[in-house]
Amino acid sequence: MSFLEYAPAPESRSVVDIAPSYGLFIDGAFVPASSSGGVFKTVNPASEEVLAEVASAGAEDVDLAVAAARRAFGPWSALPGAERAKYLFRIARIIQERSRELAVLESLDNGKPIRESRDVDVPLVAAHFFYYAGWADKLKYAGFGPDPRPLGVAAQVIPWNFPLLMLAWKVAPALAAGNTVVLKPAETTPLSALFFADICQQAELPPGVVNIITGAGETGRALVEHPGVDKVAFTGSTEVGRQIARSVAGTRKRLTLELGGKAANIVFDDAPIDQAVEGIVNGIFFNQGHVCCAGSRLLVQESAYDEVLTALKRRMATLRVGDPLDKNTDVGAINSAAQLARIRELSEVGATEGAERWSPPCELPAQGFWFAPTIFTGVTQAHRIAREEIFGPVLSVLTFRTPDEAIEKANNTPYGLSAGIWSDKGSLILAMADKLRAGVVWANTFNKFDPTSPFGGYKESGYGREGGRHGLEAYLA
Amino acid sequence: MPKSPSPAKAAVAKAAAVAKAAGSAKGPTGAKRDRQASPAKSGREAARAQGDLVPPPAEGSSASSSAGGDPVGGPATAGSGRATSAAAGDRGASGAVVRSGRLAVRKTYKLYIGGAFPRSESGRTYLVDGDNVALASRKDARDAVVAARKAQPKWAGATAYNRGQVLYRIAEMVEARRDEFLALGVAAGELDAAVDRWVWYAGWSDKIAQVHGSANPVAGPYFNISAPEPTGVVGVVAPASFLGLISVIAPAVVTGNTVVVLAAAPQVAVTLAEVLATSDVPGGVVNILTGHAAETAPWLASHDDVNALDLTGVADPALATELERAAAGNLKRVVRPPADTPDFTADPGLHPMTALLETKTVWHPKGF
Repeated sequence: MSFLEYAPAPESRSVVDIAPSYGLFIDGAFVPASSSGGVFKTVNPASEEVLAEVASAGAEDVDLAVAAARRAFGPWSALPGAERAKYLFRIARIIQERSRELAVLESLDNGKPIRESRDVDVPLVAAHFFYYAGWADKLKYAGFGPDPRPLGVAAQVIPWNFPLLMLAWKVAPALAAGNTVVLKPAETTPLSALFFADICQQAELPPGVVNIITGAGETGRALVEHPGVDKVAFTGSTEVGRQIARSVAGTRKRLTLELGGKAANIVFDDAPIDQAVEGIVNGIFFNQGHVCCAGSRLLVQESAYDEVLTALKRRMATLRVGDPLDKNTDVGAINSAAQLARIRELSEVGATEGAERWSPPCELPAQGFWFAPTIFTGVTQAHRIAREEIFGPVLSVLTFRTPDEAIEKANNTPYGLSAGIWSDKGSLILAMADKLRAGVVWANTFNKFDPTSPFGGYKESGYGREGGRHGLEAYLA
Repeated sequence: MPKSPSPAKAAVAKAAAVAKAAGSAKGPTGAKRDRQASPAKSGREAARAQGDLVPPPAEGSSASSSAGGDPVGGPATAGSGRATSAAAGDRGASGAVVRSGRLAVRKTYKLYIGGAFPRSESGRTYLVDGDNVALASRKDARDAVVAARKAQPKWAGATAYNRGQVLYRIAEMVEARRDEFLALGVAAGELDAAVDRWVWYAGWSDKIAQVHGSANPVAGPYFNISAPEPTGVVGVVAPASFLGLISVIAPAVVTGNTVVVLAAAPQVAVTLAEVLATSDVPGGVVNILTGHAAETAPWLASHDDVNALDLTGVADPALATELERAAAGNLKRVVRPPADTPDFTADPGLHPMTALLETKTVWHPKGF
């Protein structure tokens, strides 16, 4: 056994009890889908084992959920802010108390390593509810006028990459501001949202304030196009974001979108290389690269190229890919067969377009959906792997000589969600940060999140901010 | 010492005042280029029909002219036939015309793109209140976007202090051209409010980041700060009123955006463009197109190099929906038309500015 080999250290599954089937959470109760709906299965992407059968909401179910949220809106928005706050604090506490259960559940349904669901996702979920709980009775101090009002019923559609965290980003500010919500989790990761419904029951949240309807794209479309909703919040692909923006045109629905990205992670030759390499790895291999703000384009200053690439490859060779529930796993399973197919397709395109592909020696499990950490060197700006969001553990490496060239290349994308800068020179970092057209700029760090810190994109990465004081604006009039 | 307008300027202003006053009863304009067939000639057309002869002011009239541009001169009404107000006396006094025998120099109403005043590349004009106004085309809209994009980084990169000074200078220049705006039919109260609005927004340039930004107390050893930045190039379908026009341009440009404005009231908008051209506003920061918004706005809405679309001036809900849908192509930020008739005299609040801002959050570790 070399020093890099570890005995298996799996987290116990016994903390989580997954029911064989789940209904929709409407008006405070779990109900089966109507005849307009159906059922679908959610699988563990690391084993392809079916975890549960879940109801698929049809048009009638969407109607019921929106009606329940509408009925709940009056009393909920009329509650004193301090009382709404206490419900949210209570939810935050229950999340903390059930944090290991939620972390294991999230890793089972999503495929992300337990180290991340346990140390990043779930703690941030609790922190978001704590943060926005405190706003509920302080809205008039938030800077959106002396008497800010909630919007009404919020339709929220979230992706599969951070299922519970994206729920928290959407639900916490909406409820704090006095709105009620109908939320649809992603088709491949419905379970943590359904467990959140249980938490709402445990917290004795009034029925209808939070409604969770599961289903695929059609359910989401029915929800965002429902005439009874006042607000649409979506996180997901830019293509679906465009469709939603079209569908709300001509209505009075308010819209916020958090969409794709193709972030540049820019490494200057004066950067602390070891730290930069950690940041590069965290930037693209965190959560299997299923991160909209992933640092998927590495821009290395030519003079540091050899040193950075050598160190990066050495570091990548130590990444452990495998069982998400193993506490030593760095890179878990790809979330679905469809996503794996997309990553494979774009990677093949990268190779045929002339970029050089490299992965460390890496044994992948026989069952489940897996993709080895991969880098492409010799990538040009015209390559599809430098332009399109891959949403997987695939890094495209480009080079630059001057700061101006780095800015030019970094901004040469329709996206504008995030960017990274690595340098020891403060004035260079600040000047670069000014010129990058991106909503979040990480300097000498990457992929850091906090409930107090606004997050969201420029250009085709969407509009509106989530997190911080700014995140309240999306839910207030 | 109160400023006293030059005789020539006063004369021009008065001439325009006459035209506007006389033209207030005219029918719809601009739909057809058919002067001869026009049943009711506008005031200016009527004036032209009579030779466009503008009298020089009577001696001493400039001294007695107030800053407010009140018409002066005797109420000579000798048989002009179109004089409908006291103001008409200045221009319509045939005695004065005879005395000067001078032909007025008319203004050509052109587009304002990249700091220049080109005609429409299409060569088209349309008739508004007797003036031939440039009728902007798709190509003009695209040229204006190119100009706006070119100007944007430098304008956004100017210091907030500098942008504030430029906006204040605009206020000064609008004030200085009071008579001309009044003559075009802008009410005095509205003009005052418009000047004051420029001043209000001028003051916001170096405060909006403090009010709308934040230092974020993250749970870790990081410096974390959020600051607003301009979204980029903004397409604006402007409302017809002068105060409305100012109320959509000023909040967009004060923060560093550049704009392509589709104007509804062409003479007033082009006169504003002349103000901007003499107010230290860099070329391309504000571009103004005259013509039919229904024709040009779809090109702005679908243009991939436009970052945001302000539909405040769109009255037709079907057009607004079409534009919003087109804007989704590159996920433009969209300011929808107001649900109710907007009251531009009300405190605008922060939203007209924040709707066209992005928030950038920067993280950096702290440590020894």
